[in-house]
Amino acid sequence: MTTTRTAMPYDEALERFEPVLGLETHVELGTASKMFCGCPTAFGAPPNTHVCPVCLALPGALPVANDKAIESTIRIGLALNCTIAEWCRMARKNYFYPDMPKNYQISQYDEPLCTDGYLDVEVDGKTVRIEIERVHLEEDTGKSTHVGGATGRIQGADYSIVDYNRAGIPLVEIVTKPVPGTDRLAPEVAKAYVTELRELMRALGVSDVRMEEGSLRCDVNVSLMPRGSSEWGTRTETKNVNSLRSVERAVRGEIERQAAILADGGRIVQETRHFHEDTGVTTSGRSKEEAQDYRYFPEPDLLPIAPSPEWVEELRAGLPELPSLRRRRLQDEWGVSDLDMAAMHNAGAIELVEATVGQGVPAADARKWWMGELARRANESGTPLAELPITPEQIARVVELVASGALNDKLARQVLEGVLAGEGTPDEVVEARGLRIVSDEGELSSIIDQVLAANADAVEKVRSGKIAAAGALVGGVMKASRGKADAARARELILEKLGVSG
Amino acid sequence: MSLTGKTAAELGALLAAGEVSAVEVAQAHLDRIAEVDGRVHAFLHVGAESALEQARSVDARRAAGEELGPLAGVPIAHKDVFTTVDMPTTAGSKILEGYRPPYDATVTTRLREAGLVILGKTNLDEFAMGSSTENSAYGPTCNPWDLGRIPGGSSGGSSAAVASYQAPLSTGTDTGGSIRQPAAVTGIVGMKPTYGGSSRYGLIAFASSLDTPGPFARNVLDAALLHEAFSGHDVMDSTSIHAAVPPVVEAARQGDIAGLRVGVVKEFAGEGYQRGVLARFQEAVDLLESLGAKVVELSCPSFTYALPAYYLIAPSEASSNLARFDGMRYGLRVGDDGTRSAEEVMALTRAAGFGPEVKRRIMLGTYALSSGYYDAYYGSAQKVRTLIARDFEAAFHQVDVLVSPTTPTTAFPIGERADDPMAMYLADLCTIPANLAGNAAISVPCGLADEDGLPVGLQIMAPVLGDDRCYRVGAAVEKALRDRWGGPLLKEAPAL
Repeated sequence: MTTTRTAMPYDEALERFEPVLGLETHVELGTASKMFCGCPTAFGAPPNTHVCPVCLALPGALPVANDKAIESTIRIGLALNCTIAEWCRMARKNYFYPDMPKNYQISQYDEPLCTDGYLDVEVDGKTVRIEIERVHLEEDTGKSTHVGGATGRIQGADYSIVDYNRAGIPLVEIVTKPVPGTDRLAPEVAKAYVTELRELMRALGVSDVRMEEGSLRCDVNVSLMPRGSSEWGTRTETKNVNSLRSVERAVRGEIERQAAILADGGRIVQETRHFHEDTGVTTSGRSKEEAQDYRYFPEPDLLPIAPSPEWVEELRAGLPELPSLRRRRLQDEWGVSDLDMAAMHNAGAIELVEATVGQGVPAADARKWWMGELARRANESGTPLAELPITPEQIARVVELVASGALNDKLARQVLEGVLAGEGTPDEVVEARGLRIVSDEGELSSIIDQVLAANADAVEKVRSGKIAAAGALVGGVMKASRGKADAARARELILEKLGVSG
Repeated sequence: MSLTGKTAAELGALLAAGEVSAVEVAQAHLDRIAEVDGRVHAFLHVGAESALEQARSVDARRAAGEELGPLAGVPIAHKDVFTTVDMPTTAGSKILEGYRPPYDATVTTRLREAGLVILGKTNLDEFAMGSSTENSAYGPTCNPWDLGRIPGGSSGGSSAAVASYQAPLSTGTDTGGSIRQPAAVTGIVGMKPTYGGSSRYGLIAFASSLDTPGPFARNVLDAALLHEAFSGHDVMDSTSIHAAVPPVVEAARQGDIAGLRVGVVKEFAGEGYQRGVLARFQEAVDLLESLGAKVVELSCPSFTYALPAYYLIAPSEASSNLARFDGMRYGLRVGDDGTRSAEEVMALTRAAGFGPEVKRRIMLGTYALSSGYYDAYYGSAQKVRTLIARDFEAAFHQVDVLVSPTTPTTAFPIGERADDPMAMYLADLCTIPANLAGNAAISVPCGLADEDGLPVGLQIMAPVLGDDRCYRVGAAVEKALRDRWGGPLLKEAPAL
């Protein structure tokens, strides 16, 4: 294993070189059954329990294509503005590896189902169009675990075990054309592309796109060319990039690594590299300079795929509102700035705000809570916003309590804290913690009397016309009531008692 | 006549009438196997217990008044390339020695559903690659007509079992002639149905786009009954045709060919064809004419390229189909001593588990699919395939069926071509075009060659889904020749 050589600082690398990106994304489709057999696709079952003669490649078994997977692939292609093939075939990709039961993968080669599309992503307020080369359908392999080595890779392992539950799960491969001209935004563009793609898959309902479970996997290709040159450099392909943040880090790291080599007069080796989540560096994998010969040929066990134009149009008409259009619509409806919308997008708050607004909450309030108190909490605990143990319905209830005057913002924050701590619904937390605003005039009046008596200086100032000094008295009342007083009413009563008009 | 001498249709009738039990019929055939198979070696595995068990079950169902098919209780020999849960399935290869599949092939399931009693699994060239059964890892099968000669291949165990009265019926698979050629050289009937007419699910693949399961029998009607029993659409095989099984049994019963247009393929004659084979073939053509058929000679020029195209396409598919035999999940595993990598174990397993002909074809196919050679080899072969299909199409505009000798020669001696693959490959010269185009084709006996007294087959080719025409013409030829001979050709075979 060779580790990364010295890296050139990013800014310097970008001064001297221009990056070209390419992204290959694999999406496991969320079909109920596998691509070529009836086995379930659910994640996390005990090893080798979701298997049958077909996905274990027992002698004599034959594949039967999953129509739903073909439909999902066409819908993905349509959402990515691709041309859908009127006739195409699956192909066999031949290579030996123990996690591939047939020792060939049923994939697509020179006849992909979808070609020539694009996906627009927004980075830094700028729209970048990522051209899509192809979208094709294939089957996943089993999952190997290499035991006993230092690296968890096959080299140096004592033995390996294979789980074939994943073998045969339908997999869609989405390949971009080379993406030049991203300049210093290359890492952000890469991340924004994968983010947008993930949202698109969610909107289409074709996959649960969980990067950590491997249902969305991304290979990042990077090459550099010297500034002023128009000839692209040699690219590397980085695999094992398992989070959105890693996509960004992998691109940045690879730019820094390649720049250092090139600046030394070195040569970039065309190879597969492995990204290490813990260190953020990539290490060399298989060299691709001697290209493996996969001996592709059309799969004779399956019929060609020939989606009728009518069916394709039906699928096109049935596409849901796509994420970028939806964001634009919501931004208009909510009347927020580009910046605020981008912040919500990045924080994963859009669905939550939308759901909260759906409960009748004004957009500004919904945004205030999700992007304020709750975003802070999520950030502190390192939890995605959507995974906080609180629902849009609960936020709506809190907002309602504030609007009715039963809570103020400070109390509302305590209620949220209680809900997040698992103390129950907002109403239960209010009840248990006794957080209702003091609206009993008698009680409030006696608290005020105590505060006035204890703050003669401030009382004198107010009486002499310095009405601003009433703020300190209101603060005293709030403190004495442990935040439960209605501050506005307290102010009115203080001024009344001191004989001044606010 | 003994039970083993009867046809499947006759046995079916006796069983239906309650004159014999399925157990008696099965036992008679098991006794025959015990008597002669030591010399013939048609079977790799005889399932006496499971056969009797199935026979008892058929008898019980019949006793209970259940409506059973025409072949219920009739014994059958099953080519050892179809998976069977109750018997080993080896494909004639060391790499699957002792392998017990956890599922039945669709053909197996349909045999069971029809009440057929599976006597055992028959020998074959390893992975159905060959024309003599000499490529079996378990030793060759002998031709009942002359135990020193080959019974054809790859389905040689199935042809020999039927020709030696060990079973009235057997299954085969035909990729380049593996049913028709063995049928021809053992003097019985063998049918290659239209590609996709019978399911490949559970048939251990040789060449996916060519493999076709089909029946062997001692007469045309029996073959049609078996054909009907296991054919038809199967959801487990994407390439199986969504169409009704052609009316093969009715056609076999009719056998009327007055007015039928018959084409003689000009390309299937001349150098390499045995004199006696051509003589019997010419007589068969004259016979068809005398029965009222209109015979014309026509040319299918691309058929000349069928053999080389086949030996690119079939090995290419095989090289991929056989990749799964790697010692990882089932079958033989060699060299797994804790020190070797998975890659090394795979290589050692395949080196030890595959025989020389299988290795030759894997290498041929790997080469033909290689980058830089693909267009010249696999690509060109696919174009030839298209041309052959067009030749058939053009021919079937002029005629209803095409006829030719099934094989250029009669059965050759065991060992004669074993070291000469090219000579071996020529045995399938006439049968391959129908595989490449997916057509239906049958071989029926048409006499004995004068020079060696061995059986000659007449091949009748029909369009895709024209399987019934094969049976109709076959039945007409069979009837006329039996009238001439005073009985079936097999009565000329020496007693074993």
